[in-house]
Amino acid sequence: MSLAPGDAVAAILLIPLVTAALLALLPGYRLTARLNIVATLLTLLAALGLLAGERPQPGLYLLIDDLNIVFLVLNTFVGFTTSVFSASYIAHEIGIGRLPRSYLRFYHAMYQALMFGMNLALVANNIGLMWVAIELATLTTVLMVGIYRTHEALEAAWKYFILGSVGIALALFGTILVYVAAHPVIGEGLEAMVWTTLMQRVAAFDPALLNLAFVFLLLGYGTKVGLAPLHAWLPDAHAEGPTPISAVLSGLLLNVALYAVLRFKLLLAANPAAIAAGSLMVTMGLSSLVFAAFMLYRRRDIKRMFAYSSIEHMGIIAFAFGMGGPLANFAGLLHMVMHSLTKSAIFFAVGHIAQVKGTQKIAEIRGLTESHPLLGWGLVVGVVAIAGLPPLGIFMSEFLVVTSTFARAPLLAIPLVLGLLVAFGALLLRLHGLAFGTPHGSTAPVEASYLPMFAHLALVLLAGLYLPPPLVAWFQHVAAMLG
Amino acid sequence: MEGLAFDIAHLLAGGLVLVSFMMLYQDRLYALLNLFALHAVVLALSVAWQAHVQGAPHLYITAAIALVFKAIVIPVALHRIVQRLGIHREIETVIGVGPTMLAGMGLVALAISVMLQATPEADPLAREDLAFALAVILLGLLTMVTRRNAVGQVVGFMSLENGLILAAAGAKGMPLVVEISVAFSVLIAFIVIGIFLFRIRERFDTVDIQALDRHRGERR
Repeated sequence: MSLAPGDAVAAILLIPLVTAALLALLPGYRLTARLNIVATLLTLLAALGLLAGERPQPGLYLLIDDLNIVFLVLNTFVGFTTSVFSASYIAHEIGIGRLPRSYLRFYHAMYQALMFGMNLALVANNIGLMWVAIELATLTTVLMVGIYRTHEALEAAWKYFILGSVGIALALFGTILVYVAAHPVIGEGLEAMVWTTLMQRVAAFDPALLNLAFVFLLLGYGTKVGLAPLHAWLPDAHAEGPTPISAVLSGLLLNVALYAVLRFKLLLAANPAAIAAGSLMVTMGLSSLVFAAFMLYRRRDIKRMFAYSSIEHMGIIAFAFGMGGPLANFAGLLHMVMHSLTKSAIFFAVGHIAQVKGTQKIAEIRGLTESHPLLGWGLVVGVVAIAGLPPLGIFMSEFLVVTSTFARAPLLAIPLVLGLLVAFGALLLRLHGLAFGTPHGSTAPVEASYLPMFAHLALVLLAGLYLPPPLVAWFQHVAAMLG
Repeated sequence: MEGLAFDIAHLLAGGLVLVSFMMLYQDRLYALLNLFALHAVVLALSVAWQAHVQGAPHLYITAAIALVFKAIVIPVALHRIVQRLGIHREIETVIGVGPTMLAGMGLVALAISVMLQATPEADPLAREDLAFALAVILLGLLTMVTRRNAVGQVVGFMSLENGLILAAAGAKGMPLVVEISVAFSVLIAFIVIGIFLFRIRERFDTVDIQALDRHRGERR
């Protein structure tokens, strides 16, 4: 049986969409949770098929190229593992009555709608369509962040909503400016918003307009990436929503927004007279990294702490892509993949920990490795990985970022290394209290799904020890494409 | 004829900036809502004029959405919410009228100098439209940050969004404008329904954002 290449793209978009509609209608927890898992698995298979098979020709709306296929596979993979985690997490939430049964349909339908929005944003070949898709993804996450309807959850959702909407509005203005720049060269109509056409003819665009557009796009989509100083929504949204959503937010949605920024950076790079978009990203990335690293010390809520750690890592990734060049881009790509896998694994562990302890306060969680060895050691490995210790994958990508910076801009390496060390200290300090010592709080056994967490951690460890040559070659190719 | 078409477009877009200014210093919620309705009417006229000048009939749909949804439905709904919640008293603004107006003037000057410098070659109509649109967007942002009240912030956001629609309509032949205006209407409907359904007042006894801040999971 052979599928036409276009079918796989259609599957990536249609499976979540159809499942979202089905899940909105079907009652019953077991059935819907399983359907959710099956649908994300099928989407993952479709994405893998696209990776292995041939690609469809770019059209007016959709495009598959070497860059977005990486994001797409990562997106669908973490989407799948999170749905497995979500099944056991939500079962517990319903068991203790924190989440009313009637919200379940809504939750699952929104999960698939979010997957649809993110996949659409990734495969969009049209800057207008990409904007609409990111708006859709934002809306669904806003609704899920507020799902517990507590004071804190509503406040977090409101803040996310207002800041996210402003970000989205600025991004749209940037998109309009790109069209205005393209209009005299390409002419009226849809063609002037098609990514592939823009790339071919961008050299003739008015550079001043492109510069201005990029500033708006970086501020707009940068809000969604969580770059300082536009990050204010991120810790609240991570802390107050259901943990599977924190995992998807950190692991995926931030990447999707970053992907949008990268696309426009490529556009600017292809116009010789435009400003170097990288320097703006370097500034924002570094400030996010240093700011979040210091903020890590003052966190008392476990989910908030890892939310700040996400800001830190998005800062590193934005910095690496901003530096540009084959090595830094390679490091940025690798770091992005490693961060997604590690951070979602940490959130899987944290979700179960918060459930069994009945609190998210760091001070009230102690001695996890004794009371819950599997969860505790999973958290230890995850935090050690995210702090950047060898031999795990993040060490390698951070090492590459630092060495390439030392070689090219030694002055920038100073704040970079400072930020990394400060964050490292904060994470290990907190980890010590969380994982070791006499257990504190409930020691009841937990019904957890360990598989997603350990699968992610195993991949991160594997990547730190040995990267298969085809993968390296592939990343090098994409890094070269990013310029 | 070309000169007249240009002048009318200019007049309407300038009117939008003017109404944005009026919203900036309004400290009563009902007056703010009425001004927002006026803002939407001016936007609808402006977009309809662009549709006429550019010969782009699909823009009439955008104009109609602005007129029906933003000038009538949303203000009426917000009026009822304000009435129901009993918050028609004064809006507490974060900074006084004087500094706000000065900041507003600064933003308009910034918008015009930035846009006109960046677009020397674009056609003059699109160019000045974009400058005005950016001014409306920045004034909308300023309105948002100077309000503590959730309804006031939403009105600020909607005026910002009107600026975006103006920019999109002014960019000649831009595709997806109708779709984008529909997407934004959905977003706004969500916000308004959100205020209503979440019943912020019921849970917090106020729609004052400052009171919400106290419920943050962690004290700063």
